[in-house]
Parts: sequence; C-alpha cells; structure tokens
Amino acid sequence: MNSLFPVAALSLSLLATTSGMAAPPKETVSDGVVKIGVLTDMSGVYSTLGGKGTQVAVEMAAQDFGGKVLGKPIVVIGADHQNKADIASAKAREWFDNEKVDMITGLLNSGCALAVQKLGGDKKRIVMVTGAASTDLTNKAWTPYGIHYVYDTYALGKVTGQAVVQTGGKSWFFITADYAFGQSLEQNTTLFVNKLGGKVLGSVRHPLSTADFSSYLLQAQSSGAQIIGLANAGGDTINAIKQAREFGIGQKGQKLVGLLIFDTDIKSLGLTAAQGMQFTSGFYWDRDEGTRAFSRRFFAIHKAMPTMDQAGAYSATMNYLKAIKAAGNDDPDAVMAKLKAMDISDFFAVHGKIRIDGRMVHDMYLMEVKKPSESKGEWDLLKIVKTVPGDEAYMPLSESTCPAVKK
Amino acid sequence: MGMSIQTVLSQVMLGLNNGVFYAILSLGLAVIFGLLNIVNFVHGALYMLGAYVALLGYSMLGPLLGKPDFHLNYWAALIVAPLVVGALGIAIEKTMLRRLRKFDHLYGLLLTFGLALIIQGVFTNYFNVSGDAYDGKPEVLNGVVDLGFMMFPKYRLWVIAISLAVCFGTWYVIERTKLGSYLRAGTENPELVKAFGINVPLMITLTYGFGVGLAAFAGVLAAPIYSVSPVMGSEMIITVFAVVVIGGMGSIMGSIVTGLLLGMVEGFTKVVYAPASGTVIFLIMVVVLLVKPTGLFGREA
Amino acid sequence: MNRFLWLALIALGLAAPFVVYPVFMMKLLCFALFAMAFNLLLGYTGLLSFGHAAFFGGASYVTGYLVKTSGLTPELGVLGGTLFAALLGYLVGSLAIRRQGIYFAMVTLALAQIVYFVALKATFTGGEDGLQGIPRGLLFGLIDLNRHYTVGGGPLGLNLYYFIFVLFCLGFWIIHRTIHSPFGQVLKAIRENEPRAISLGYKVERFKLMAFVLSSALAGMAGSMKSLVFQLASLTDVSWHTSGEVVLMTLLGGVGTVLGPLAGAFTVVTLQSKLSSVGPWITVIIGGIFVICVLVFRRGFVGELGRLLRRPL
Repeated sequence: MNSLFPVAALSLSLLATTSGMAAPPKETVSDGVVKIGVLTDMSGVYSTLGGKGTQVAVEMAAQDFGGKVLGKPIVVIGADHQNKADIASAKAREWFDNEKVDMITGLLNSGCALAVQKLGGDKKRIVMVTGAASTDLTNKAWTPYGIHYVYDTYALGKVTGQAVVQTGGKSWFFITADYAFGQSLEQNTTLFVNKLGGKVLGSVRHPLSTADFSSYLLQAQSSGAQIIGLANAGGDTINAIKQAREFGIGQKGQKLVGLLIFDTDIKSLGLTAAQGMQFTSGFYWDRDEGTRAFSRRFFAIHKAMPTMDQAGAYSATMNYLKAIKAAGNDDPDAVMAKLKAMDISDFFAVHGKIRIDGRMVHDMYLMEVKKPSESKGEWDLLKIVKTVPGDEAYMPLSESTCPAVKK
Repeated sequence: MGMSIQTVLSQVMLGLNNGVFYAILSLGLAVIFGLLNIVNFVHGALYMLGAYVALLGYSMLGPLLGKPDFHLNYWAALIVAPLVVGALGIAIEKTMLRRLRKFDHLYGLLLTFGLALIIQGVFTNYFNVSGDAYDGKPEVLNGVVDLGFMMFPKYRLWVIAISLAVCFGTWYVIERTKLGSYLRAGTENPELVKAFGINVPLMITLTYGFGVGLAAFAGVLAAPIYSVSPVMGSEMIITVFAVVVIGGMGSIMGSIVTGLLLGMVEGFTKVVYAPASGTVIFLIMVVVLLVKPTGLFGREA
Repeated sequence: MNRFLWLALIALGLAAPFVVYPVFMMKLLCFALFAMAFNLLLGYTGLLSFGHAAFFGGASYVTGYLVKTSGLTPELGVLGGTLFAALLGYLVGSLAIRRQGIYFAMVTLALAQIVYFVALKATFTGGEDGLQGIPRGLLFGLIDLNRHYTVGGGPLGLNLYYFIFVLFCLGFWIIHRTIHSPFGQVLKAIRENEPRAISLGYKVERFKLMAFVLSSALAGMAGSMKSLVFQLASLTDVSWHTSGEVVLMTLLGGVGTVLGPLAGAFTVVTLQSKLSSVGPWITVIIGGIFVICVLVFRRGFVGELGRLLRRPL
C-alpha cells in the first residue's frame, strides 16, 4: 500500500488549496447519480476513429453494467472538443462545475487531453484518456486523478520501431506532424531505432491537416532512407500514403511506415494502397472471440467496427464502474485507489494494470495490413503479427519523470 | 538536405502544381470581383463542392439511381461539376447577392462568409473530415513521367496543362472578344452598357455562375490528388485571398500570373527554409503592400 | 443614454454570478468587450477588419506567457497583453489603412494569418497544444483570484469574476468616452464621407490609425481577460474563425450602436454553449444567422430596436 502514499499526500495538499470546496460525501454516490462525460472529436480530423462511436461504446458499458451502480443511475453525456484545447477545457470546466460530471473519458488530441487532465487534477475528478497519445500525460503532466488507458507514443514508437529495424529497416527519414504528438512520436521511435543500430537520416515537419505531401515525400525520397516513418495521424497519414503511391514512392526499395494507424484509416485508404504496412495497435476487433462478440454488438449500433479508442473507452468505463462498486462510493480518491489496485482484464485489455503514474499497461499488438486477396470481408483488414507484453511495450517506471514515482 | 539543382527544380515543379490551383481560384475571384465588386468568400466552399460532385457522382450516384454499376466518370465530372455549382451560384446571386447590390460591398463579403460556413458545416456533418479518396482517376493518367530531374505523375502534368489552358482561355475571352468587351464595359459603366440594349443583371448573374464554375472545375481537378474533405476549401481560400491582394485584382492576367508565380515561390521556399513555406505568401503580401499598395497588377483604387 | 439604464446594467453585472454560471458570464464579458472594441472600428470608423483575432489571441498569449513564465501578477499580465495588442495594432494598422473597403478587410485577414503562423510555430506559444495551465495568481500580489466562496449552492470564484467585471467596465467606459469625444466625432465624419473629412483638413489616415490602435488594444485586453478566465491561450483565439465570429456578434447586435455588440456577444455565446451538443450543425446555424442578418437585418437587434424607438441606443 505504500504506493498509495504520495497519492494521499497530494490529495491532502490539493484539499488544502481548495479549502472553499465542499468535501464530497463519503459513503454514497455524490448527487445521486454517476455521470460520465464523453469529450471527444465529434466533427474533426479524428472523428471517425473516436467521435460518436466512443460515446456509443461508453453507453454500451453503462447498459451492460445494468444502468445502475450502488443503486444509483448511470448517465452518459457527450460533447465535441473539436480538437481545440480551449473548447475541451471550457466544456470540462462546465461539466465539473455545473453538471456534476464524475468522470471524463475520450479526449482524442494531446492538447485537449493535457488541458482536461490538468483541470481534473485541480477539481479532483477522474479523467480517463483513451484517445490522446502523448506520454506527458503520465510524466510531467501527471495528476493523481488521470489515467492514460489505450496507448501512447512510447509504446507505438518502441513496438513498431523495433520490429522494423529487426527486419532490416536500418535507415529512417521521418515525416512528422509539427505538434507535441508528432514530435514525441518521432523522438520515441528514434530512440529505439538508434538503440538497435539503426540510423535516422533526417526529418521534415509538416503542419496539422496538410493537403499536399508531395514536397515532403520528395525530400524523404532523395534522402535515400530505407524507411519513411510517418509520425502523424488520421487524415495526414492517409494523404501521405496516397500521395507516396502517386509518385511511385514506397514501391522500389523504400518502405513507408505509419506509426499511428487506426482501422478506419486503412478502410479509407483501401487494402490495395495499404497492404503490407505494419503498425502498432492496442486492440483489433478480430483478435479473439471476446473482441468479436463486443465488436459485432458495437457494429449493430454504430455501423462500423470499433477502433482501439472506442473499445478502450468501453473498457475504461466498465472498470471505472466496477471500481465504484468495489469502493462502495464514488469518491474520486477511493475509486482511484481501487482502480490502481485491481486487475484490468476484459476483451480489450489483456494482462492490464493501472500503474502509480496512471498508465494502464496492457498487451500491445504489431499489426500488418492484409493483401486484398487475403481479405474475406469489408472489415477483414489486418492480421496480428506479434503480441508484445505490456511491460515490454510501455515506458518502464525507471525511465518515468512522473512526480509520483519514487526514484 | 542537399540544395542540388534537381531538388530545386522538383520543388518548383510541385509548386507550379499548387500554383495552377491558386491561379484558377484567384481568376474566378477576379472575374466576380470585376463585375460584382464583391469578394466571394464562399469560393473555397464551392471549390470543395466541385470535388464532392466528382466524388459522389463516381461512388454514390449509381446506387442512388438503382444502377450500382454506374459511375459518373472523371471527364463527365469536369463538365457536370462546374454546371451544378454554377447553377447553385446563379441561384445564390439571384436570391441573395442581388438584394445587396445597393448596399456597401462589405455586405457581400459577409453574406458569402455565412454561406461558406453553412456549406462547410453541412458537409462536415455528412462526410469524413479526414477526407475520402476519389477513385475515378482515368487509367490513361495513371503512372509517372520521367522529366529528367524527377519522376512526375502524369495526372499532375495533365492538371497543369488543362489549368493553364482554362486560365488563358478565360483571359482571351474576356480581353480579346466582343463578349469580353461587354463584360469589361459593364464593369466600368453599367448604365452605358444597359443603354446598348444589353441585359446587365443577366450578365452579372452569368458571370457569377461562371466564376464559381471555375472553382468547381478546380475542385474536380484536385479530387484525385488530395483527399476530398469538407475543409479543403477553407484551407485554401485564405492563401488565395493573399494571392489576390498581391496581384491586385485589377487584371485577369495579373491574377493568373501571380497565382502561378506564388505557387513556385512557395515550392522554392520548401527547399530553402521549409517552416516558412506556409507564411511566405503572406510575407510577400506585406512587402507588396509597403511598396505598391494597389498590388502588382492593380489599378489605382 | 439614460443614467438609470447604466446603473441597472452595472447592478445586473454585479449580481450575475449569483444567478448565472460565473465562467459563462466571464466568457460573455470577454467577448462583449472584444465585440465592442471591434465595433469601434467598424461601427464608428467604417473599417471592416477581418483579422481582429490577431489582437485578441496575440494578447492572450502574451498575458499567458507573462503570468505563467515570468511570474507577473495578473493585472500586469493584462497590461502587458494590452500593450502588445496596441503595438501589433500599430503595425497592422499602418499597413492596412493604405487600402480601403474590401481590400482593407482582406489585408487585415492576411496579416492576421501571419500572427496565426507565428503562434503555431513559436516555441513559447505551445503550438497546437496552446499555452496551458496559466495561473490566475494574486491580484496586486494580494488577492487570490483562485479563491472560491461558498455561497448558497456551491463554490463561486467571486474574486476573479469581479476583477474581470471591473476590467470590462473600464473598457466599456473608454469606448463610451471615445465615441462621445471630439475624436469620435471626427471618426464618424470619416465614416460618413471620407473625401469631405479630408477636405476639412483632417489627417484622415492618422485618425484611422489611432482608431485602429485603440480598437486593437481593447480587443487585446479582452483576450488577456480570456486567458485568465480559461487559463489557456490557444490557436482558436488567433484563427480567422474568431475574426469572423466577432464580426457576426457586432453585426447581429447592431453595427454602430453602443449596446449592440453586447447583445450580439450574448446571443452568440449563449448559442454556442446551448447548442454544443448538435456538433457541426452549430457552424451551419451560425452561418445561417450570418446570412439572415445580412439579408434582412442589417441594423441588428439593437439597431432595429433603436429605429422603432426612434433614438440611438
């Protein structure tokens, strides 16, 4: 239990600084309702991989739990953060202040996630990030009430980077989205490429939502690197891959590697364009019976198979509710203690555990896009090449800069 | 990154590829501005709409008509999209812009700004913001051509060629034909032209339709290159505005030449100092404003 | 205007946080001041700036940086942000007033885009993530702006609210005084008939520039206030959508009226908060309001009301 000590100490000091705040009731559910807010990108670049689907997943979890916890109803509300930190933080503030929201999940963009997690820390409310990837969430921006659930740039960079270098991709050139997420993905991948004797020949930064990648691709091409690493996401990754094909890049010796790819991106690209690409994921709908059962139910409602963000939001909500039940009340400190003590194990998370730094560590998968000839259906897109145990995929606590981790 | 002549040439070539889009769009703006005196903020949204006409015509029209095998092919889209969007433009002009003619021209800018928000919002609702792929690129234009200094996609060469043809064709019609002389006269002195028995309001309406039709044409050209997305126009339009300010909006040729040049300058910047490539056009605008406030090709205001 | 109306408005502002969600009220005050500053230019000088977000957002970054990194007190942060916006306004204004009408609008738009790129690229702005976790700090080094008081239903951040309210009133007062000063009269003369103002011997360019600087400084003050309220400065604040929004607020409420921008800001901010659940439709609705406003409602709420009452409001 000594791992809980810093949490308790910090929450005490937080209580002291917010002395005007009413202390939450101890033995029951505050306000007679457990309210979960899904704050995600409902309309922007990332809306297909999160969006309404994430809210659907959270609603499914609330229903599967029986609609009630400790005899009180579970309510799910949703809002669009439009990938803007200011909108995310204003909405979250309103939810915490006025709507009595107990937990916020989703958060598809690092800027939004950092803002809301910070606010959650100030206001003593739980924030379970399923979308954003920045490792800052569990390091310098750590709060006692933040959980980073699905994946992060460290795991993505490590699993993909190692796999590629081990199969001969020694020299790299990065095309990187010019913001915190892309930069951290590039840095993390570079680390492992170098560790295994690979070399990074150069990189180029592009703004978020770039329409024309041709000039970046040409630079990558003329660098002569074997591997062109795409440290970006969503529409940017799709555009880059499409345009690489147009210029005939990635067909003669050079290979494109997407560092963060979702099933929906592959769907948008088509198997012909994407075949053979390898990337890392925290979830694939067609992994086993459990994932298939959930995904078919999800498909019946949302008309698309769940991405790792959406499946992760289901799992996060489910475990949050379990923790409330186990704690006997919805006090954030008690619930966090339970969450960090229990095993996270369901169709989504294999060998899952929430560490002191808020990182949910679980098995990750190295995926490969199927050839069109291998695909047996609309959503039969990927195969799992390798399963990487969580402890190997995620940043070990010894490297962490999280203030809660004692060195 | 080496600054070899090859690299420079390739980037400038790519810049020219972007430049033709700037040129067509700013040309449309210039034509509209010439006769209606409004800055058509909705231009970017209509460019996006053109791309969607191509996309939907190719992938959705067939099933909708009950003939799943029917695809509106690329060549047909190049004609249909400008017509559809042109018709929409005519409707906008007849029902809305016309009512504003007696007020300050700024209201035209505000109205079209509102329309841009509406169109973009509707498409954001129904389509994927990260973009959809257009699969209707004709077989003939697949593949790459060896230009000596780089491998250049055939399709992009076609885009450059047809855009230049359309731009200079438009210039010829407006500057060198009788029809064009009416247009130019209508710009200078509508009353006089009316006295010659020409239906000026009709001419204005058709001009607007033609201007936005050009935007839709550019949209179809863009569809196979870029992802077709609801925000593709709003990303473009601000840059095109800067192009227009630099060119001066006074002349048709001015807007074409400025568009092409600035595309190439942008491409060149990507070799010299890539992070500035997004701002270089705006910086040039500042310099032009300091030196020649009316723009490079502008008449005195 | 009626002295009684003013007192009523002030009383309303003082009592508001006990009735309405204070953060909402503060957001409203920030945007209302922003719209009023903008209106000073559009309504009273006849210049349509489509780049006012540069001042609003630019100041919000500067204030955020001063308070967060340099550890200045909030009032100095706001002062710094406002001065920065005034300086930026001087630079942008000097360039933009060389052109008129539509050109002026496009030049301001394009110049604001440069500010946007700087905010995106510079290191101190936090790029796409924005400047987060801006502390509210101690006003004059004494009063804790984070302090919450338990009143009735829940904790209320009254210190911050009244600080913002005082700043808003200060801005309002400055604008009011400007409009009714001889300087304001010259501006109106320029709006009505520029050649005539020139022939009367006024250095029109200088008056325009002064109005531009004043307007951008006040827009900056609004942005500085915003960064303290939301503890965040982000790209949204400097984007052209924000520039468009402030035009809408002013237009909707009534261009060239004193209370119009206030009413417009109230409507838009309320719509945004009430309709946030409809997702992208909000853009369609805002666009629709824009169109209706331009077509049938060019005087705005307050302008139309003023016409009915036959007096300027």
